[in-house]
Amino acid sequence: MGPNSDSGGRYRVVGTPRAKVDAAAKCTGDTIFADDVVLPRMLSCRMLRSPHPHARIVKIDTSRAEALDGVHAVITGTDLPIPFGILPVSQDEHALAPDHVRFIGDGVAAVAAADEDVATNAIDLIQVEYEILQAIGSVAQAAETPDPAIHDYADDGNIHKLIHLEFGDVDRGLERADLIQDDLLFYDGNTHLPIEQHAAVARYDRNGRLTLWSSTQTPHYVHRALAKVLELPPSRIRVIATPNGGGFGGKSDPFPHEIVVSKLAILTGRPVKICLTREEVFYCHRGRHPVLMRVRTGVTQDGAITAMDFESYLDGGAYGSYGVASTYYTGALQTVTYQVPVYRFRGARAFTNKPPCGPKRGHGTPQPRFAVEVTLDKIAERLELDPAELRLRHLQPPNSVTANYLKIGTIGLGESIEKVVAGSDWKARFRKLPYGTGLGLACSSYITGAGLPIYWNAMPHSGVQLKCDRGGGVTVFCGSTDIGQGSDSVLAYIVAEVLGLDPLEIAVVTADTDLTPVDLGSYSSRVTLMTGQAAVQAAERVKQLIARAAAAKLEVPTERLTFVQGRVFDVEQPERSMSFAEAVVLAESAEGTIGAVGSYMPPRSTGRYRGSGVGPSPAYSYSACVAEVEVDPDTGMVQVPKIWIAHDVGQSINPALVVGQIEGGVYMGLGEALMEEMAYRENRNLVHKWPSMLEYKSPTTHEMCDVTTYIIEDPDPNGPFGAKEAGQGPLLPVIPAVANAIYDAVGVRIDEVPMSAPKVLKAIQAKAKGKEPRYGPSATPVVRWPPPTSVPTPAEGGDGRATKPEKMPAGGG
Amino acid sequence: MLRLPPVTASFPRTVEEALAQKVEHGLGAAFVAGGTDLYPNMKRRVQTPAHVIDIRRIPELHRLEPLPDGTLVIGACVTLTELIRSESVRQGWPVIAEAASVISTPLLQNMGTVGGNLLLDTRCNYYDQGYEWRKAINFCMKKDGDICWVAPSSPRCWAVQSSDLVPVMIALDASIQFEGPGGARTVRARELYLNDGIDYLAKQPDELLISVEVPRLGGARADYQKLRRRGSFDFPVLGVAVWVRTNGGDMVSDARIVIGAVGSAPVVSDEAAACLVGQELSDETIAEAARIAARPAKPLDNTDFTIGWRKDMVPVYVRRALESLRQD
Repeated sequence: MGPNSDSGGRYRVVGTPRAKVDAAAKCTGDTIFADDVVLPRMLSCRMLRSPHPHARIVKIDTSRAEALDGVHAVITGTDLPIPFGILPVSQDEHALAPDHVRFIGDGVAAVAAADEDVATNAIDLIQVEYEILQAIGSVAQAAETPDPAIHDYADDGNIHKLIHLEFGDVDRGLERADLIQDDLLFYDGNTHLPIEQHAAVARYDRNGRLTLWSSTQTPHYVHRALAKVLELPPSRIRVIATPNGGGFGGKSDPFPHEIVVSKLAILTGRPVKICLTREEVFYCHRGRHPVLMRVRTGVTQDGAITAMDFESYLDGGAYGSYGVASTYYTGALQTVTYQVPVYRFRGARAFTNKPPCGPKRGHGTPQPRFAVEVTLDKIAERLELDPAELRLRHLQPPNSVTANYLKIGTIGLGESIEKVVAGSDWKARFRKLPYGTGLGLACSSYITGAGLPIYWNAMPHSGVQLKCDRGGGVTVFCGSTDIGQGSDSVLAYIVAEVLGLDPLEIAVVTADTDLTPVDLGSYSSRVTLMTGQAAVQAAERVKQLIARAAAAKLEVPTERLTFVQGRVFDVEQPERSMSFAEAVVLAESAEGTIGAVGSYMPPRSTGRYRGSGVGPSPAYSYSACVAEVEVDPDTGMVQVPKIWIAHDVGQSINPALVVGQIEGGVYMGLGEALMEEMAYRENRNLVHKWPSMLEYKSPTTHEMCDVTTYIIEDPDPNGPFGAKEAGQGPLLPVIPAVANAIYDAVGVRIDEVPMSAPKVLKAIQAKAKGKEPRYGPSATPVVRWPPPTSVPTPAEGGDGRATKPEKMPAGGG
Repeated sequence: MLRLPPVTASFPRTVEEALAQKVEHGLGAAFVAGGTDLYPNMKRRVQTPAHVIDIRRIPELHRLEPLPDGTLVIGACVTLTELIRSESVRQGWPVIAEAASVISTPLLQNMGTVGGNLLLDTRCNYYDQGYEWRKAINFCMKKDGDICWVAPSSPRCWAVQSSDLVPVMIALDASIQFEGPGGARTVRARELYLNDGIDYLAKQPDELLISVEVPRLGGARADYQKLRRRGSFDFPVLGVAVWVRTNGGDMVSDARIVIGAVGSAPVVSDEAAACLVGQELSDETIAEAARIAARPAKPLDNTDFTIGWRKDMVPVYVRRALESLRQD
């Protein structure tokens, strides 16, 4: 059943810009965030964290803290011995370290006290004796230093994960190239910097039920982690995700502090709250992995890629987090934009004694996308081709399967490129602007939800329950979490579209594990597509029930009814109608309580090799971007006055929110391109250089450029009303577009992100001295790659399996 | 978030009351006006007064007016916003308004005061950190420790002078009025700052900054160039203030060049200024002055950006400041 089949393809809600359903509350400060939750008799929690990057805990003495007036409980790692972690393959975290701390900021003990001041004084009274271990600060050091092991389950010493995939004969593909471009690039780590610090409140009631309010993007996974670590039946745990004041991937893991306040609530019988300091938010991290990349690309004279050989080296930090998936993602989506007939990917992720990296907006793909788009710009230069033309010539075709078995549906990339080329007057200005001013182009693609769940199961990825009230109100229940992107609004729009109602009349209840069906969470750009499809299904089912009763009363066939403007009409005799509320009463009188459920399961992916779980998606979004930069040749400072960006979203559910996501992606991309970096002092105990919002430099409105946005709509059959994602993809092309524009402006290649002024000036000075006009890395670490998993490509007649069949793993996104 | 530790406060109405309260509470007390420097430092436990004396209710500290001889008087509690918006300042000393307008953010300019900015604590990213962070490096000599992590073999602290107004006031040859238990005292701005990150002020703890007096610019011209990562929020990683008087035509008769944020004290480059005197502001003269002025600048690895680049930026910014003073 196609959505809204009775409106002739023209939508009344979908596609029209409108306010978010929760806009007034957000704008007036009325929204209740996690730190706003205040309960009677509530205690405050603070956590003691390790001051050492790598150490064994010899002894902890909590007696002085326990004796402090106002302290109700003190716990340590021995109180919470069961490990957890977001991925089943990385159950390597503890709520509090039992005996081994792995970065400055790792939790060691926690206090519940009458107020925050007492809790703060109490943690300072806890005495911990450490045995210092050698700290590992980089991938190269991790590769050279298997001992001391940060974890005991890594693939090779302190190299957490090693991946080697080969699709087709890459060496032969390189041999048949007219030109091979060989590049080394580095993309430094950065963090999400949500305005809202993580906060959580736990309550354990006398009936033995635990409730946790938390600023999380993934209440379902928090629910699972709490059940595991606290050894409580899931039926006794309720997780409520409060509205998030920004997430960007930084609230997607179950976190130690969520488990700690739950445990303290159980022990004290009183509600317990924690609100992390900004410094602690930097330690939670799970942000962008620093990735060193080598990309070798073979091309023919007309720019067709004959083969690509990609290596990535990820500095993972102290824990697994999503890191295995992140590592796969640094090799997954190279193939979905331009045709890559044969492809090799080698990825290594190291454990280091720094806060753990994980998923940040674009999860694992901004780094390789930066590498690919910069390398293509260099190839175009060498082949004397226009970079836009080179890309347009070799686009991946729609409805195709890539060399690594990603099934592509619609592709709006060509139209996206054409839009930004026209908008920026590219043909008249590229390579023709005065010294210091430049234009650069880059493209990208991103998944609209991961094809496989994080833990292996055959259940839906998203469920929606819908209930109709006798007064005509409709309530949507869904486990999805609004992190500011507007997913609550999207649920309301979609149900309103199907049932012919005003979105403001739809009540939305989300992200409460007691009340709402499971949705896996707000990550990997999955919510609009997956909960959207589940909502369409539930709404269509309810619509049928109501239509049946209304048709009987109006004495017309059900198929002739349409739901519009809060009424049910006969399309042939519009005077025959009734209000939606009347129709609901008739339906409930005839059938009993009116409600329905809907759910969504992504299509089966085509890859059958180990590692094929990362990359498949129901639909891929596409973006193209032109950046204009001004480079001050005396200082190397880069300003970006203007960006043109086109994004293929399939179909906008609400174009105002799509534009908001695109502009937000541009803003975040600019920060990564120009200034943001998670910097540590290698020679000072690997301490985070500046865990504060003042000194971790993120752009202000002064640095934000003008943006011209083009929404490209080519509805994808797998999306609700044809919709694809907009939350992450538009960030990706911004960084390489800026890099390529810097080259156009001053003729130097900055192969390292962020492209800060000192690096640009060094490259300009090198050029002036006749040296290589470049700033970037010069060597890769030495790791022991495993033998390849060889998968014949579809073009070679492959069936998605490796030549030596292997067991299918769970994926993630 | 970080919480302010428990603290008592008093609100004197006169300078005498303020000074008496300081004597009463001794070294455990701190004067405070806008609090934009002190309160974050208290939250981070790098400044730990048990008592604060809020001086904003003392009327005479809010003076902002030119004297009959043309000297501008700015009271300690004049906010940066008031300074930026003052017609007298904009007309007579535009460089002051410009420098004030690039301090921090508009919200903090509403709270921050001239006195606070002139006495701004020196900054260092081993020092401007929370208690737990500092504990992880075993503290530094400026607070709770005994080493300077920026220069571990150094006997002294290398925290950085980071006020935007300080180089400007020195370049304008302003003088600063204090009152203390021993009476009133006036000191030239250029003599107030010491090259030590801990003892960075030639001021007794019980002296209260009353006002700053700025001579009229007359025909002289002045400029301030600030280097920082972003267009708002950031402290300077380099601030260059220049002041030049010409004798009718383009010939420089007197000049001052002051460089901020490259050491624990502002660097007054008399030698660079001297090479301008008797010259026109030609490219060559400016380049020479910029080269000389950059020589003593010693940025260390305790602010934003890399040290080599910051050092390289000194002549560029001196040049740009001087170029802006050409009459064309």
